[in-house]
Amino acid sequence: MAEMMAQGETPDILFWVGCSGSFDDRAKKITKAVVKILNKCDVKFAVLGTEESCTGDPAKRAGNEFTFQMQAMMNIQVLDGYEVKKIVTACPHCFNTLKNEYPELGGNYEVIHHTQLIQGLINDGKLGVEGGVYKGKKITFHDPCYLGRANDVYEAPRELIEKLDAELIEMKRCKTNGLCCGAGGAQMFKEAEKGNKEINVERTEDALETNANIIATGCPFCNTMMTDGVKNFNKEGEIQVLDVAELIANAADL
Amino acid sequence: MVTILIFAVLSLVGFGFFAWNISKVRSNILLGKEIDRTDNRSDRWKTMLLVAFGQKKMFTRPIPALLHLCLYVAFVITQIELIEIIADGLTGNHRMFHDALGGFYTFMISFIEILSVLAFIATVAFLARRNLLKLPRLNMKELAGWPAKDANLILIAEITLICFIFMMNGADEVLYSQGKSHLEGQGSLGFSISSFVGPMLFGSVSESGLHLIERIGWWGHILMVFGFLNYLPYSKHFHIVLAFPNTWYSNLEKKGKFTNMASVTAEVKLMMDPTADPYAAAPADAEPQRFGAKDVTDLTWKNLLDAYTCTECGRCTSSCPANQTGKLLSPRKIMMDTRDRLVEVGEGIRKNGKDFNDGKSLIGDYITAEEIWACTSCNACVQECPVNIDPLSIIVDLRRYLVMEESKMPSELAGMVTNIENNGAPWQFSPADRLNWRDEN
Repeated sequence: MAEMMAQGETPDILFWVGCSGSFDDRAKKITKAVVKILNKCDVKFAVLGTEESCTGDPAKRAGNEFTFQMQAMMNIQVLDGYEVKKIVTACPHCFNTLKNEYPELGGNYEVIHHTQLIQGLINDGKLGVEGGVYKGKKITFHDPCYLGRANDVYEAPRELIEKLDAELIEMKRCKTNGLCCGAGGAQMFKEAEKGNKEINVERTEDALETNANIIATGCPFCNTMMTDGVKNFNKEGEIQVLDVAELIANAADL
Repeated sequence: MVTILIFAVLSLVGFGFFAWNISKVRSNILLGKEIDRTDNRSDRWKTMLLVAFGQKKMFTRPIPALLHLCLYVAFVITQIELIEIIADGLTGNHRMFHDALGGFYTFMISFIEILSVLAFIATVAFLARRNLLKLPRLNMKELAGWPAKDANLILIAEITLICFIFMMNGADEVLYSQGKSHLEGQGSLGFSISSFVGPMLFGSVSESGLHLIERIGWWGHILMVFGFLNYLPYSKHFHIVLAFPNTWYSNLEKKGKFTNMASVTAEVKLMMDPTADPYAAAPADAEPQRFGAKDVTDLTWKNLLDAYTCTECGRCTSSCPANQTGKLLSPRKIMMDTRDRLVEVGEGIRKNGKDFNDGKSLIGDYITAEEIWACTSCNACVQECPVNIDPLSIIVDLRRYLVMEESKMPSELAGMVTNIENNGAPWQFSPADRLNWRDEN
């Protein structure tokens, strides 16, 4: 972003990478897939790089409003400094926080999830996807809570999967009825309370029941949880966990 | 004349006591903190019409939805007959609307009778689901004792009400066929169910016996109605009234949006403003604010209205990922605890004045920290609730209290927050490494 500004250029959209997308080895691959798609479509985008910081989402969900608002105010200063208008993010938690919780603190941006952006690029004819490697595969989609129930985005990721000429098989619990992967509400960062089962294992069972070849997600946390769930059943050889952006990037041979 | 007087006094007591109870509930709800839920009125009316009146969200589970619909429609339509009973009682008439409405009257009562039979079947099915089939969500541990009894009492009361209607109409049918009814004429009143059931049950009863049965039905019905009405404010069944305002005052924002704490914003702005005077004292009349909710009075009035509206159906709990995997958290219990504590605090304040303090609080004495830390904030409970109750916002406010007032939280979360504060990420990574992904393969 800073480099672009120095050259007197204004990006059309800011790609908010998020902490997972920046630091988690698995999520970095999702980041790269998104970037490949953006580059392929000649989208003029920027990232904040080292100037990006946590949106404060996990702090807020954990009840620490102070830390959240400190993060939010600092981020808003940075975003406003660069006159950012539109943001895309590959993490539903960043998406929800930037979109819904920043405006009251003075940060007003148009925020979209990467599946919505990619959907727009395909609909505008900027990106052509023809099944490719995923033709005929069975894919099930796990709804991230903060994309689905929290923000009513259910169709964008599904439309993308259908573009792959793949068979979209819904789990018994999907869309408004979808079951959480277990990571939301800051659970990602702590051990679960005492119970008789891990939530991600319960959810992975739903996914395995569909006999899908691929579990698609739209959230780096869900990705981690579902990947761990699949490992729990020793099914890594039979079922892959991939982000919708990765599916599209692979299918378009990027 | 005496019966009119008795009836009038009874009505006065019945409605009066109900009004008194309503005012108590209202003052309890208003112990909550202010929140504005009066914007977007047209959306609010629409939500109420769809969700409460139209029962839209019930139909995600078709079997109970259909059974409930039978009861609900019967209940709503029967109010017409109730109006007649009250009018008759106050004027000493018998079936006042009969002559006035003519054929429509027969149709109306017939319609009510058919619905009543459906409601009877539904009620029996509900009793069976609770007590014989033992549906998991209707037999969880938070329902042990009073809540389970409350549920069965309501269902039995409904069955009794329906029986009284058929006693009244059935006996009247037989009397009319014998030309001995208070109504002029002879033959059949033409009521869809009781014109068959009446002669079957009471065909051989003497005239005085028939009049007695009719009166028992009539008085029994109205007494049950007054009794039921006044039972409502003490029962989970209050949802039949509160579902309407509760859906009107729904949260219309996206479910993912958590409330912004203005008190914190003020503090944060102070910290970030280099010209702020750090030693400035708060205005003398400023009430000390508590961050988050320790007790029911720290919650918003909508949270408290939610608590009174909850009918303990357990859809929230049965869809909760934490509950499904054996954790202690049950969103239904959160609502029940909030209501029970509110009743206790409300009574205490009425008896001991505004500064009532019994040393207890919602968090700790009713809801444990373990319960609220098990929440994934997935919004399944909020999505599921057929009357738009929001257990999640209570859970979040309780967390806020624990974290910001008592610094109590799971140690990993303390570490996570420290990481965010120190290096701008929930994990211990250097902000300088944020762009490393660009050059890695």
